Amino acid sequence: MANYILRRLLHMIPTLILISMVSFVVIQAPPGDMLTSRLAELAEQGELGSESAVAQIEALRERYGLNDPIYVQYFRWIGKIAFEGDFGQSFTYEMDVIQLLGERLGLTLALTLSTLVFTWLVAIPIGIYSATRPYSLGDYGFTLLGFVGLATPNFLLALVIMFFQITVFETESVGGLLSPDYIGAPWSLAKFQDLLAHIWVPIVVIGTSGTASVIRIMRGNLLDVLGQQHIQTGRAKGLTETKVIVKYGVRIAINPLVSRLGLALPNLLSGAVVTGIVLGLPTAGPIFLTALTSQDMYLAGAFLLLSATFLLLGNLMADILLAWLDPRIRYE
Amino acid sequence: MSSAQPVAAAEPTESFEPEAISTASYSQRKLIWRRFKKHKAGVIGGYVVVALYAIVLLGEILAPHGVSHRYYKVVHCPPQRIHFFSDEGFHLRPFVYGIKGRLDRQTGTKKYTEDASLKYPLYLFPRGDDYSFYGLFTWDRHLFGTGKGNPMFLLGTDRFGRDMLSRIIIGGRISLTIGLFAVFISLTLGSVLGVTSGYYGGTIDNLIQRIIELIFAFPSIPILMALSAVLPADWPSHLVFTGIVTVLSLIGWGGLAREIRGKTLSLREADFVLAARVCGAGDARIIFRHLLPSMFSHIIVIATLAIPIFILGESTLSFLGLGIKPPMTSWGLLLSDAMNIHSLSLYPWLLIPGVCIIIAVLAFNFLGDGLRDAADPYSSR
Repeated sequence: MANYILRRLLHMIPTLILISMVSFVVIQAPPGDMLTSRLAELAEQGELGSESAVAQIEALRERYGLNDPIYVQYFRWIGKIAFEGDFGQSFTYEMDVIQLLGERLGLTLALTLSTLVFTWLVAIPIGIYSATRPYSLGDYGFTLLGFVGLATPNFLLALVIMFFQITVFETESVGGLLSPDYIGAPWSLAKFQDLLAHIWVPIVVIGTSGTASVIRIMRGNLLDVLGQQHIQTGRAKGLTETKVIVKYGVRIAINPLVSRLGLALPNLLSGAVVTGIVLGLPTAGPIFLTALTSQDMYLAGAFLLLSATFLLLGNLMADILLAWLDPRIRYE
Repeated sequence: MSSAQPVAAAEPTESFEPEAISTASYSQRKLIWRRFKKHKAGVIGGYVVVALYAIVLLGEILAPHGVSHRYYKVVHCPPQRIHFFSDEGFHLRPFVYGIKGRLDRQTGTKKYTEDASLKYPLYLFPRGDDYSFYGLFTWDRHLFGTGKGNPMFLLGTDRFGRDMLSRIIIGGRISLTIGLFAVFISLTLGSVLGVTSGYYGGTIDNLIQRIIELIFAFPSIPILMALSAVLPADWPSHLVFTGIVTVLSLIGWGGLAREIRGKTLSLREADFVLAARVCGAGDARIIFRHLLPSMFSHIIVIATLAIPIFILGESTLSFLGLGIKPPMTSWGLLLSDAMNIHSLSLYPWLLIPGVCIIIAVLAFNFLGDGLRDAADPYSSR
């Protein structure tokens, strides 16, 4: 097993190098650079013609090495990341990218993972219910709900929930993770309750489409498994129906879900980015959008690189989990 | 097996005959069509899809107002109702009341009420705003309306006083065609690379699979956002449209190629391929005359299920301001007007384009499910 993990980790290195190249090229590709927007700003203030402004921009361009060929810039960028853990400077926020992104990325990942837990907690019982009572009214209801959940884009669901919060429930603070009063306040029970009152919105928004697909897969798998012979054996032995379903059925039907974890994570992360923007969460989504529109390339590049790395690790973790759960899988 | 016509183009079978006798003489296509017709949700989805495309393609004729006509006096007007009854009793010709605007001093917004003293009857093909129908001809008649300059805002107006119904119809054209274009390009790429990958195997296969892995290494929305940001800001909107299609296809072909590769792998060793090879057929002939046609029904299914993904992708990009640009519009771009809490609470009708997205995506998903069950009844979900 350790051998397998080590091999997979080594395998990740070329992929990571390619990912970093793609990230850098994509971020570099827009015409102009991050100083173009600064130049436009100066032009608005009517200082464009002044020699000092041009000289200032040129000096900055030289300092950031923006006049070098792209491969030189790439190697400088990746070298600093690999050897010093330095992701460069954010131009718009005028601070270190890692400082800016660190906490927000952590929060994004925490949100993604709690959504994953939520998805499973909701979807697996519903899937079991649907599979044990196929073609019942409840089954049809959940199936329809699942279809609608899959068809609703994240941002729309966020808007709809906010709409109901404002008009029907008259919630005082809509969006964000905390009420304005608690931001910056020390942690207390009240603050925690306030957090819970806010955080369910992004979790539901991000998790809905995932929940819908997990229900579908769980229902299909369990229906297949329940038709197999070992289930009949279990019943013949006189086991209770609950035991047959949970220990003989669900135990096997759940494996394909684990193997789909690697597919679910990118969707959740995508959802977290969009939802963060719509709800104005202190996550990485909003600053990624700002970084893209203002050509803040180190910031945007760092986000792409780090999120892809996270997905690679997530995939590996899913495979390890599957090997551990399913004794039929062997790794050399 | 030689014909490569779309499944939907197959002739419907008119009468029901006992299964054992009838199926023997049916072609594969007819069998698929028969099975599809039994899938109720799929058939309904198909009708909805056809209806949606008919609506958006006839766009300007169906839209009661010109898409960029600004009614400055009725900004953010709520949806109006069509009436059949007034205090004078029943009217055979439906009508809408006039609109009275009043400034609410407290909120600083305009409140609108019905002005019962003014009645605007609805007519079929009244004169209205001039429009050019795909550059073919210019006309000023709309399917229905109350005449040029008269109010009739069945889904309300936006912040410039433009009619939402008209904008939703015209915006739908972009939302729905972008999915078609993107699926066409990514399917072409995906078929060529997927079949090559599965048929030849070895180094080529490895290389293509590596590229697909690289695409999947990134979360889809952020990489789509980053690629859309590459499009120059000063591009005219029709170039942006092409750009967005390219961006969506660039990310979208991987999944299609994987499925087609899987199908190729399972068919590569089939008897009919071996027979063709023994007869001396070359690779190109085997791929284009045997493999691709026999996969055609699957390719149609894959394409149908991929379109809603592209529609959702475009709407998210446009919503975030990285997609379609004015003066073009799309459902996602229309929804971006509802992004702040203020508009959301005061002008909830701005959310209606979202309903259209859900309907379109649902219809495509049902249609795709129906086609899949028909084309491959033994495949597991």
